[in-house]
Amino acid sequence: MALYEELGGEAAVNAAVDIFYRKVLKDNRISRFFTGVDMAKQAAKQKSFLIMAFGGPNNYTGLDMRTAHAPLVKQGLNDSHFDAVVEDLGATLKELKVPDNLIAQVAAIAETTRNDVLCR
Amino acid sequence: MPRVVFKGSSYEAGGQSVLDCLTSRGLAVPSACRAGVCQSCLMRAVRGGVPEPAQKGLTPTMVARNLFLACQCFPTQDLEVALADDVIERFEASVSAIERLHDEIRAVHLRPSTPFEYRAGQFVRLFMDARTSRNYSLASVPALDDDLTMHVRRVPDGRVSGWIFEHVKAGDSVTISEAFGDCFYVPGRTEQNILLLGTGCGLAPLYGIVRDALNRGHAGRIHLYHGSRDACGLYLVDELSRLAAVHPNFRYRPCISEGPSADGYWSGTPLDVALEETPDLTGWRVYLCGNPQMVEAARIQTFLAGAGSSEIFADPFLVSGTEATPVLNSH
Repeated sequence: MALYEELGGEAAVNAAVDIFYRKVLKDNRISRFFTGVDMAKQAAKQKSFLIMAFGGPNNYTGLDMRTAHAPLVKQGLNDSHFDAVVEDLGATLKELKVPDNLIAQVAAIAETTRNDVLCR
Repeated sequence: MPRVVFKGSSYEAGGQSVLDCLTSRGLAVPSACRAGVCQSCLMRAVRGGVPEPAQKGLTPTMVARNLFLACQCFPTQDLEVALADDVIERFEASVSAIERLHDEIRAVHLRPSTPFEYRAGQFVRLFMDARTSRNYSLASVPALDDDLTMHVRRVPDGRVSGWIFEHVKAGDSVTISEAFGDCFYVPGRTEQNILLLGTGCGLAPLYGIVRDALNRGHAGRIHLYHGSRDACGLYLVDELSRLAAVHPNFRYRPCISEGPSADGYWSGTPLDVALEETPDLTGWRVYLCGNPQMVEAARIQTFLAGAGSSEIFADPFLVSGTEATPVLNSH
């Protein structure tokens, strides 16, 4: 079965998005990158990121990711921050009782965006 | 075959999404992900039904306004659509009364000359002349009030508020837009608790939403926190206190954020007082209106306190020129 279906599809994304976004906002390592952003719009972006990381239908383009994160890279966004987000994502899925082998697959997909996010 | 009507012309849908149908003909419709996620291609159905998948992920208030995602909408019948933000209709209304709520705030009561649909908490644009207009939230409730009521604060050097305070009088005729905004009560889920936070004239839509919810028999708790720097900045205190005395599920807290505390008032910002009384907002629906800094801070804090991101509704009042008015946007 495809990862997205195994995780529970859109219902799983909906269950995860608020938990994930709360963790990110409360994470002192990365919260400063979110000050002043429009929360409503940001929640929609978090959702589209999760759909992608869950292996769901998406129109992910590296270019969009680069454009969106370029200003943050200027503010010092680096590997440690990317790691923090992946860690928060893993903790979210653990909280939702997702098995470790699936969490590893999600983390692996998220990992494929690292160079685009960090504009390398 | 179903057709899509947009800006007065009609196009064969031909199995395409509304977005593809329009953009393939060179018409400008904003879009980004084309996967039903980013909501950039939000449009509004003016006439005709929208298939359910096209409204997936939208908030109940957006659905109630017939908004839909153009990239996910494959019409099954003729559909007339508009960009979500386009002003479509204007209405003539007569001023039935100007009421003093407070030294610096007037309630303007309007009676539209033709049937006017709105929901308590939405806002309308009031035109002073062809080029000058401001948005004002509605404090009235369609089921309870004959008139539309807006709360207007006098802004120093404000053109429109100055005009209202100095010149507009009962019997005058004015032009308003149709009602906009997603900050309104949606019937259903009657057991859900509701938190409302407002500053200044941000009370107007909240006053409408509270009375609408109570009138529809909302059974969950309804907690309203209205803030100002000092007691002089608060208004409708007696009306709201009376409402709280009649409805056990309605709590009203007039809050003072600066200066000494006073009898009958709570000290602190509406957000601080609310979170002190209810630290866990899991499952709550939240409405935020007023000062943009307050709205943004409250949006994050109520979310971190457990309110779902899709259950937080907000109308930040931005100063347009020199006047505070709700921002006209699609969200």
